[in-house]
Amino acid sequence: MSRDMIMDIVRLVLYVACLVGFAAFNAAYLSLLERKLPSWMQLRRGPTEVGPWGLLQPVADGLKLLSKQILIPQGADVLLFRLAPVMVAVPGILCLVTIPFSETIAARNFNLGLLMIFSFGAINVFAVMLGGWASNNKYSSIAAARVVAQNIAYEIPLLLVVISLVMSMHTFNLHTIVDQQAGGFWHWNILALKVSPMMPIAFLIYFTCMLAETNRAPFDMVEAESELVAGAFTEYSGMGFGLFFIAEYVNIIVGSCVGTILFLGGWDSPFGFLPGLHWFLLKMYALSFAVIWVRWSFPRTQFYGLLNLSWKILIPLALVNLVLTAIMLKLF
Amino acid sequence: MITYIKEIVCGVYTLFVGMWITFIHMFRRRVTLNYPRQSLKMTPRYRGHIDLKRDEATGQPKCIVCMACQRACPSGCIKLDGAKAEGAPRKALTSYTLDFTTCSLCGLCVESCNFDALKFSKEYNLASMNKDDYRMDLLKRVLEKK
Repeated sequence: MSRDMIMDIVRLVLYVACLVGFAAFNAAYLSLLERKLPSWMQLRRGPTEVGPWGLLQPVADGLKLLSKQILIPQGADVLLFRLAPVMVAVPGILCLVTIPFSETIAARNFNLGLLMIFSFGAINVFAVMLGGWASNNKYSSIAAARVVAQNIAYEIPLLLVVISLVMSMHTFNLHTIVDQQAGGFWHWNILALKVSPMMPIAFLIYFTCMLAETNRAPFDMVEAESELVAGAFTEYSGMGFGLFFIAEYVNIIVGSCVGTILFLGGWDSPFGFLPGLHWFLLKMYALSFAVIWVRWSFPRTQFYGLLNLSWKILIPLALVNLVLTAIMLKLF
Repeated sequence: MITYIKEIVCGVYTLFVGMWITFIHMFRRRVTLNYPRQSLKMTPRYRGHIDLKRDEATGQPKCIVCMACQRACPSGCIKLDGAKAEGAPRKALTSYTLDFTTCSLCGLCVESCNFDALKFSKEYNLASMNKDDYRMDLLKRVLEKK
């Protein structure tokens, strides 16, 4: 084995370890933020007891989940029931592999990175559906049916928006996409009015679809506590439930990363100086903050409202955007 | 077509208004307290369990053992006893127990007292796993309070 190959393997293992750590850390502290932010919005204090300002709360939550028994309900499909939490958590972490955090920090620079992220994103839906179905519980089964309908409906506008971007950027490579947006915020795709005058709207469509794809409120029809107990996660206990939870936050991170790269110029500085990792993280966490902010501002939509929004508003708008982009590209 | 676009624009606008409201609320003053460490002072008209009043001049309870409160109590949760010491002008309390497990806080005892010797306390942290904690010796409380 040559020295290069060994170095490559070492590099790979290190990257995987770092990414799993990054994902777990983010999942833990986004879950704390998810409790702190709404408590501030509702003039409460949120967790304050574990550690200073409640900073160790995620550790306590994790220990609690780890110490619980994983119960498997009678009549459940044991294999699928156990497989679903793994299948839901792994794709999210795998997606992080392609994401370039800065000019130099990226685990792998794929030419088809964008495509890979969206294909792994689809596995996540499949896993939630399997988990819900394997639980042998009527609430979980309803949630499983819902997650499929919802994600089919929202994958279309999401991909239509992304296609219009890819048409103008001529690449699936995330690194190149960011490079093409360099040089100040007026070059970012969100303000690329020369490509399509609807780009800010396209960003809103992307953000809405991202909420729906990650099953976040106001589109959390899968969990829907008030109607379905905990939806697809009803029968899960201990770390099985914990993995679903981690996956949710990792998906938010992945969605925010992709949003940052596609629309907000990645690690590019808005004013043209000092580009780097800090800008990427700032934008990415701002988007994640917005995801949590939206959750605690709006009530859950009805299922018909959810589908109406997609089929009657988002898909037509995304199609118009796609056609406009094609026309603009042909003309200029 | 125009109503369709109008609806979308109006809808998006109202969403942003909603998000602005939650955003400014994040910077407002918190209204909750860290309860076991901080707590609110009870309002003057709060009616907790009853307490004996003390005569500040002598340091003894104002009660003259007329038994009016014991008679007035519909649940029979007040038991008091008094004795006249040698040479004393009137009876003095020797025991005053309140069985708070059956008290309904009606306040008839306070109303019936003609000598301004009873009041409502402001105690509200009374949770306990032990029934005996609610058989209160009010005489001891008033003498210990010094």
